[in-house]
Amino acid sequence: MTIMEVCGTHTHAIRRHGIRQLLPQNIRLVSGPGCPVCVTAEEDIALALKLAKQPNVTLFCFGDMLRVPCGNESLLQLSSRGADVRIALSPLDALAFAKENPTREVVWYGVGFETTTPHTAALLEAAARDNIQNLSVFSAHKTMPNALRALLDTDTKIDALICPGHVSSIAGADAFRFLPEELHLPSAIAGFEPEELLVAILALVTMILRGKPALINAYPRVVKSAPNETARALVDAWLAPCDAVWRGLGMISMSGLALLPEHAWFDTLKRFSLAPVSVSAHTACRCGDVLRGAIEPVECPLFGKACLPQHPLGACMVSSEGACAAYYQYEGAGI
Amino acid sequence: MCLAIPGTIAKIEDETAFIDYGGTTRRASVRLLPDAAVGDCVLVHAGFVIQKVDPDEGAELEAILKEVELL
Repeated sequence: MTIMEVCGTHTHAIRRHGIRQLLPQNIRLVSGPGCPVCVTAEEDIALALKLAKQPNVTLFCFGDMLRVPCGNESLLQLSSRGADVRIALSPLDALAFAKENPTREVVWYGVGFETTTPHTAALLEAAARDNIQNLSVFSAHKTMPNALRALLDTDTKIDALICPGHVSSIAGADAFRFLPEELHLPSAIAGFEPEELLVAILALVTMILRGKPALINAYPRVVKSAPNETARALVDAWLAPCDAVWRGLGMISMSGLALLPEHAWFDTLKRFSLAPVSVSAHTACRCGDVLRGAIEPVECPLFGKACLPQHPLGACMVSSEGACAAYYQYEGAGI
Repeated sequence: MCLAIPGTIAKIEDETAFIDYGGTTRRASVRLLPDAAVGDCVLVHAGFVIQKVDPDEGAELEAILKEVELL
C-alpha cells in the first residue's frame, strides 16, 4: 500500500525519525507536493529575479526561496552581485524596513500555503493602516485542496493520505473532509513527533484494510474541525483564489491566491507592470516527477551527482523541506 | 515552511506577545489569535501565533486509537 504525505515538514520529520525503516516493506511512504518553495512555478521565480535586479527594489522573502535556481541564477546569486535581497523571519520584517527606508521600493515575495498566507494578509492590513506607500506584495501563495484533487486525478496511485498538520490548524480539519467523502481516500491529519506520525499511519492502514475511508484528526491538540476564523476573514479581505501553475503539476484552477482588484496598489505585479516571463526548463531535472510522488529522489539522474544540497539544480533539493534535500540529509546519495 | 514552534505566552502588549520557549523569549504577533492570553501554550509560525495547544498530551493518542478501533 502507498501512503502519501503533502507537507514539507512531514517529509522532513518522516526521514529524520527513520519512519520508513520502521514500517514493513509493504507500506510505501511517498512525498507529494507539500513544499511551497518546491512547487513555486519557475515563471514566478523568474519574475522575482527580475524584480530583484531593479536598483530601487529591496526584496524580502523567507530564507529557502533564496537559493532556488532559475536557469543559472538565484536570488542569492543576484544578492552577491549587489541586488538588495533580504531574508525575513516574518513578513512584518518587510514592513519595519519599509518604514525605516522610505526611498526603497520594498517587495514582499509571499510564498506558502494556508499556514502562511494569513501572515501576508496581516502585512497588507498593517501597511494600509499605517499608509505605507513603498511596500507591495508579490503573492505566490497557494492552497491545497484543488491541488490534491488534481494530483489524485493523474496517474499517481495512492491508497491513503497523511494530511498536513499546520495547514489544518489554520484551515480546519473539515477542509480535508472531501478526501474520504468525494474521493474515497482514507486520510489522517498528523502531528510531527514520531509517535504522532505512527498513530496517523496506523489509522490509515486500518482504514485501508477495512475499506472504510474517513478523515481522522490525529493532531487534535492543535487542529480543530473549524478553521481559524480570524485568519480566514483576514485572508478573504485581501486575497482571492486564482488559477496557479504548480511546478510539476502544471496549471491548477483556483489553487493560488492573488490580491483583490481593489488592492491593486499593493500588488507588485501591477505596480511594476511586470509581464510574465517564459522559462525553459533544465531538461534532466525531474523535480516535477518527484513532486507528484511518481519517482523517488534517488531515481532522478541528477540526484547526488550534479544536484547536491550545496549546489542544488532544482527546488526539491534547495528547500530544507524538499523531498530531495530530506532524502539526502538522512540517507545520503542513496548509492 | 510549516515549521511551527510551541511556546508559552509570558506577556502581551497590544498585538505583540512575548513567547517563552523554555528559557528564550521571542516576540510574535497575536493578530491571528486575538483571544490568546498570558499563560496559554501556543503554536508560533513565521512570527505569528496561529493556534492554541491543548495541554493534555497522553490522553489524546489513546482517544485516537479508540476512534480507529471503532471504524
